[in-house]
Amino acid sequence: MNWQLLSWGPTGWGDELVAGLGITLALALATLPVGLLLGSLSCLLWFRGGPARWLARAYTTLIRGTPELLTLFLVYNGVAMLLNRLLSREHGDFVSLSPFVAGVISLGLVLGGYAAEVLRGAYQSLEFGPREAGLALGMRRYQVLLLIELRPLLQLALPGLGNLWLNLVKDTALVSVIALNDLMRMGTVAVGATRQPFFFYLTVCFIYWGVCMASEWGLARLQLGCRPGGRQGVQPGGHA
Amino acid sequence: MDSLQHYGAQLLAGAGLTLKLTLGGYLLAALLALPLALLLYRRPRLLTPLARLYVSFFRGTPLLGQLFLLYYGAGQFRPELQALGLWGLLRDPFNCALLTFSLNSAAYQAAILLGGLQGVKAGEMEAARAYGFRPVQLYRLILLPNAYRIAFPALGNELILLLKGGAVASIVTLLDLMGQTRRLFSQTFDFTVYCYAALGYLVITSSLVWLWHRLERRLMRHLQPAAPPPTQRLALSH
Repeated sequence: MNWQLLSWGPTGWGDELVAGLGITLALALATLPVGLLLGSLSCLLWFRGGPARWLARAYTTLIRGTPELLTLFLVYNGVAMLLNRLLSREHGDFVSLSPFVAGVISLGLVLGGYAAEVLRGAYQSLEFGPREAGLALGMRRYQVLLLIELRPLLQLALPGLGNLWLNLVKDTALVSVIALNDLMRMGTVAVGATRQPFFFYLTVCFIYWGVCMASEWGLARLQLGCRPGGRQGVQPGGHA
Repeated sequence: MDSLQHYGAQLLAGAGLTLKLTLGGYLLAALLALPLALLLYRRPRLLTPLARLYVSFFRGTPLLGQLFLLYYGAGQFRPELQALGLWGLLRDPFNCALLTFSLNSAAYQAAILLGGLQGVKAGEMEAARAYGFRPVQLYRLILLPNAYRIAFPALGNELILLLKGGAVASIVTLLDLMGQTRRLFSQTFDFTVYCYAALGYLVITSSLVWLWHRLERRLMRHLQPAAPPPTQRLALSH
């Protein structure tokens, strides 16, 4: 192994790979709120019932039944085509979606579809008591949701959402296919220049692995902090 | 509808390859996952860290990265692989994709199966031991069937995830459903191809989900509420 290949500066690829990691993390972090918002919306629609529920169900079924890669291409090529048609651009004057934006939209759609199911499951396993107590005190439904149910809801949903975050980090690698200079793509660029595919793809995999393990550690800490009673947990005889 | 006639045969061929890759990879992975899960369950001192590392690596890195590592990475060891006679095997994108999917899915299946093994009730094991079951009988008749029953729904999810994740095969030039779709789109710029592909994937996933439910019901039939007693047989003669 030639470790010089990973050095900083014009001869090594260390700085390029770190820049790629930055884009990967930026993409994942930008997608997270989009996906959580879509997931919450879809979950709310589901609980409204009627046609809204059908809409939510169609969305989650579609997302969970088609590959992430297909969603990505659909958004990347499809939205650009739609925009061009709407703006009725002539040839040579095409609008095209930036790969980053396409990545945020498509991965956000994917994350939303899965997050909706996680949130729905968490909401359905909430206890009735606090909700009824809130309503009996004359609180509005949204007040009950925000003031009483949000915290236990997030506690219940956190493990599932944590898994989705890990999947999201790994799925960002797909966006390298539409030429976003993320970690995976920088690996490919390095391979093209150095003819050391095994070395660089292994390095890239190790970096993703590191991100995932760090995330797992962070999520475990977060989960501990979210327990009723905080990091120490509920003391026997104490109050939550 | 006109365009469907146009693309139908190619998309269908792509779906065939997708199914072959998914089911083949899944079954090979199932073979590999069982010993892995047993290692994680029994925790022998030497091999357990290796098994843990394996599962953690394949679950913590993107499938695309693993595929590139195998498909392009093999090129770096071409002389060695040629000496071993493995080069012909790893030069073919289909074999690479199949191997990657097997290795990847094995890690996920092992983790699922470990959960199943740990979920088997201690009482059932104790009862079997008290009856004098030998270790082999204990595994074959009590532990493994129950572990697979517990793990079965999650194993179904893994099959669907592998099917969807397997679309990355199209990136190493394979013409699976995704690959055919990309090829057709690049030739025609006809957006409906993507819609047909989405429909195709939906049909495949829904059929697999349906099939898995049927299998699950069959596996769990001893836990179903007892069927009502058969009504008195009608005397057909007289």
